[in-house]
Amino acid sequence: METKNKIRVLIAKPGLDGHDKGAKIVALALRDAGYEVIYSGLHQTLDQIMQTAIQEAVDVIGLSIMSGAHLPICEKLINMMKEQGLFDVYLTVGGVIPHQDIPRLKEMGVAEVFPGGTSFEGITTGMNKLFK
Amino acid sequence: MGVAKYIKDERGAIKEVIYQSGIKVKPAYGPEDLEKAGFTYEKDLGAPGEYPFTRSLHPQSYRSRAWTTRQYTGFGTPEETNERFKLMIANGQNGLNVAFDLPTQMGYDSDHPLAEGEVGRVGMAIDSLKDFETAFAGIPLDRIGSGLTINAVATIMMAMYQAVAEKLGYSKTQISTTPQNDILKEMIGRGAWIFPVEHGVRLVGDSIEYAVKELPKSNPVSLCGYHIRESGATPAQEIAYAFEIAKAYIDNVTQRGIKPEDFVGRFSFNFNVYGNLWEQIAKFRAARKLWAKMLKNEYGVTEKKKLFLRGLFGGGGSGLTKEQPENNIMRGAYYALGAALSGAQTTALCSFDEAYTIPTPRSALLSLRTLEMLMDEVGLRDTVDPLAGSYFIESLTLEMEEKILEEMKEVQKWGGMVKSISNGFIQRKVSRQAYEFEKGLQSGEYKKVGLNPESKDAMAEKTDVELHEYNEEWAIKSKANLKELRATRNDKEVTSSLKALEKAAKGSDNVMPHLVKCCHAYATVGEMAGVFRDAFGEWDEPEFY
Amino acid sequence: MLKAEDILEGSRKAEAQKAGARMIRLIEDNDPSAFELLKQLYPHTGEAFIIGITGSPGVGKSTLIDALITEFRKLALKVAVIAVDPSSPVSGGAILGDRLRMQRHATDTGVFIRSMASRGQKGGLSRATKDAVVVLSAMGYDIIIIETVGAGQAEFDIASLAHSVGIVSIPGTGDGIQAVKAGILETGDIFIVNKCDKPDADAACHELVMMLGMRNLSETRWKPVVLKTIAQNGTGVDKLVQSFLSHLNFMKKNGLIDRKKKKLDRLYFQSLLKDLTLEKILVFMNNSTDFKEMLKKIESGSMDPLSAAELMVNNLITFE
Ligand code: B12
Ligand SMILES: Nc1nc2c(ncn2[C@@H]2O[C@H](COP(=O)(O)OP(=O)(O)O)[C@@H](O)[C@H]2O)c(=O)[nH]1
Ligand SMILES: [Mg+2]
Repeated sequence: METKNKIRVLIAKPGLDGHDKGAKIVALALRDAGYEVIYSGLHQTLDQIMQTAIQEAVDVIGLSIMSGAHLPICEKLINMMKEQGLFDVYLTVGGVIPHQDIPRLKEMGVAEVFPGGTSFEGITTGMNKLFK
Repeated sequence: MGVAKYIKDERGAIKEVIYQSGIKVKPAYGPEDLEKAGFTYEKDLGAPGEYPFTRSLHPQSYRSRAWTTRQYTGFGTPEETNERFKLMIANGQNGLNVAFDLPTQMGYDSDHPLAEGEVGRVGMAIDSLKDFETAFAGIPLDRIGSGLTINAVATIMMAMYQAVAEKLGYSKTQISTTPQNDILKEMIGRGAWIFPVEHGVRLVGDSIEYAVKELPKSNPVSLCGYHIRESGATPAQEIAYAFEIAKAYIDNVTQRGIKPEDFVGRFSFNFNVYGNLWEQIAKFRAARKLWAKMLKNEYGVTEKKKLFLRGLFGGGGSGLTKEQPENNIMRGAYYALGAALSGAQTTALCSFDEAYTIPTPRSALLSLRTLEMLMDEVGLRDTVDPLAGSYFIESLTLEMEEKILEEMKEVQKWGGMVKSISNGFIQRKVSRQAYEFEKGLQSGEYKKVGLNPESKDAMAEKTDVELHEYNEEWAIKSKANLKELRATRNDKEVTSSLKALEKAAKGSDNVMPHLVKCCHAYATVGEMAGVFRDAFGEWDEPEFY
Repeated sequence: MLKAEDILEGSRKAEAQKAGARMIRLIEDNDPSAFELLKQLYPHTGEAFIIGITGSPGVGKSTLIDALITEFRKLALKVAVIAVDPSSPVSGGAILGDRLRMQRHATDTGVFIRSMASRGQKGGLSRATKDAVVVLSAMGYDIIIIETVGAGQAEFDIASLAHSVGIVSIPGTGDGIQAVKAGILETGDIFIVNKCDKPDADAACHELVMMLGMRNLSETRWKPVVLKTIAQNGTGVDKLVQSFLSHLNFMKKNGLIDRKKKKLDRLYFQSLLKDLTLEKILVFMNNSTDFKEMLKKIESGSMDPLSAAELMVNNLITFE
């Protein structure tokens, strides 16, 4: 039975940002790299994202944020994850993320940042690294 | 993004060139190519300003008037935006292109929980007519037209624009506004949709009907191939899908007993300029021609001016790289050249800091100057459609025409645009292409300087781009304004105008006159959109893979 | 380490919901600890009403379930959903998209939605699905809905998991009739013609009723229902809920539900038996010298794969 240890990822679009090209192609790329991907759809509240991550028992939440609101969104979600004891789930984020912000995101507890221009290979390498 | 595929031999010589729309380019073109395609001057080109308008809408084109520049502007509070508007006008811009923040675009007030962190971020925050009064203070609304980048709640903003004009002493017949108001493309690739497809289309219909009857100088819809292209469509699909969307709106309005002749002249378009230069030029020439032909043959439109494909050709965001951002200044210039050679009436450029931030004043001005250079300084105004008669360009234009028609036929086979979007056919096709294209970029199959491995430059990647700063104060201020508004406005008037709106929304009355009343009563965007949300429900997006 | 008692109150307590979700994960990953936990959970099952929804891709199953959740919630029933999507045969990955349609319920504490990839299981429904049903039932959900792509085998499989099966079709495709002809007649309890905003809905229903009418019914046999719905706006879904509940009542009144539950237990036992023995035997074989011997022979061409397999199995049986 080929059922061992698939990585499950929730690709989520938080808030009102409607850019979905990046999220969709990353979902396709991860599927083709053997991941099980749940795509949240647009306009999700952080609550919806939290509950989805819990019910789907994902290993990784991957936010895709283009509007520039990555700092407040990640900060809030990290806090919610802590409150709800979601310690075994990694938070990652991609999209329009200026490199100046990456250290701050990591400090908050974001496990990995995939700014624009990251290759698919870079993404899978970065994700797999989390499970080494 | 958006370049052709080049297949080369081992010495680097090009064996084959394939454009994104699927057209193969020959090493050389000659008279035989035109002959084979049955090209004739009268049928395929016509004189500038003559049907089918392949060459130009006007006989003298840029000689009589240079293009209109409309850099996309707006952020923060209405005060900030007003300042930026005035700066752009003082610098020679002759029309406005207004950006709204996401809460406004999604029909939420600044104090809604979902608005948190987004107020004023990517455009200006508008909650009520009060804010429009501030934003447009001192702008001559009878001379300066405004594009409003608003879709799901376009009816609301259009009503508010009329209301603000009336407040500032203009009449609704003097003002010219172009709300984007293309909800179907939001569902393919811009994501600022709210209501289910059929209600979305009905609102577009309402606004067109209203403009026909009440707003003689306004253009109620701007059909956006642009965003579809940015989502992964080919240039041919960009045009084809925009046209099929236009047909869906035309159908809605003609069902109200209004003839196409009476309103299609008010449609404008928004198309993209990134990609292979020649493919873009051929795309625009073919599009002008096809649109005129379609209106004439399928909709019986006869008046010349109403056959015009008018619009903004510009932007090019997906073409710009994060890597080596200064390169984008050059890219912008080439995109602008393409737009000028295509006879763009109105244009705008994405700024070189595109991949980082919404433009700073410096980068926005740089784009404006780039556009200015092309006219009198470089010489794009000298003569109309300078590439006409080129064996290559004319052959390519004919081939583009074929490709566009092919793509349109596919949508028709699927049952038309409304259906194709409802069941996700288009979205699926477009995201799959975006995925394939991205893989091609990453593998170097498609050339992109600064991004492909061979042109990556470790030093340049560290470039520090000045970032547009988000100011937390905007949200605080907007919320305070809202609070004050709610305390001071006439509640009775608000409630009764919203009630009337609800009745219209649930029935079949045109919502526009009711919205104008709501705006004058200082009902908020969130309240008006809330009425729609209750009446229509919200859309569920289909799967994309 | 997960404990069974952490999971039991899952439909009421957030903590336990999380534990239940992790438990299903262990099942999917074929984690050895899952079996022991399942054994402990099993005695707490039996109360949930299990509904299967099947039909061709795109007929509106997920949308319908979204609407069903809304209706069941109006009755204050707690609902869990398992939505099975196929894994990519090439990469083994999957995009699990059914949930997208039900996302509005994500924050309702009385609703639990779980996507599962088929992970190479034939027929689309894996034993993991049944195991997951055990977990959800033990968590205390009143209604458990299973969505499965109705590709051939799954339509039959669903009957071995659910108490009541809804088969979804749409007008104009002949899908419903096809299903009846294919013998699915026997497994369907409620036939749903969805997308009735489209033309030919009445014709489709009529045809179905005719086909079903030919079925011989005894006193204790449920007479299948044909229903029209428009999942997108919920039209007809209240009736659908009533039909499922009437079917449950009917089964209760006739003592059929117990019979059905026993049958499902028997089927579960059989599938467990198959899986467990197979696993055991495979491990045993893979470690045997015979196995290595055979491989060598096949490689060298001195024995063909067919004879080799036959010989191995025959040897195994004579071991006893
Ligand atoms: C394409 C585009 C659009 C398209 C969107 C098409 C679509 N369906 O997505 C269109 C034209 C519709 C559009 C519209 C708008 N846009 Co826009 N858009 C862009 C643009 C040019 C490219 C984004 C993109 O798709 N890149 C390609 C993809 C493949 O890359 P990516 O998304 O970054 O993803 C990569 C990585 O980031 C990573 N990744 C991304 N997400 C995730 C998630 C996970 C889990 C992982 C692991 C990795 C990962 O993997 C990908 C592969 O490398 C950017 C500028 C730029 N060049 O970046 C502006 C940009 C994002 N847009 C912007 C704005 C403001 C808007 C608007 C809000 C404008 C307005 N005021 O109305 C609108 C509204 C959209 C809305 N409803 O929210 C701004 C955002 C400002 C900011 N951050 O400060 C930008 C930066 C442009 C600018 N400089 O002003 N846009
Ligand atoms: N017109 C119409 N479309 C529907 C209806 N129910 C679902 N759909 C659409 O059908 C498509 C497929 O629905 P989905 O629930 O994903 O189907 P599934 O594959 O069977 O789960 C989606 O685009 C739905 O919006 C309906 O009653 N009428
Ligand atoms: Mg489904």
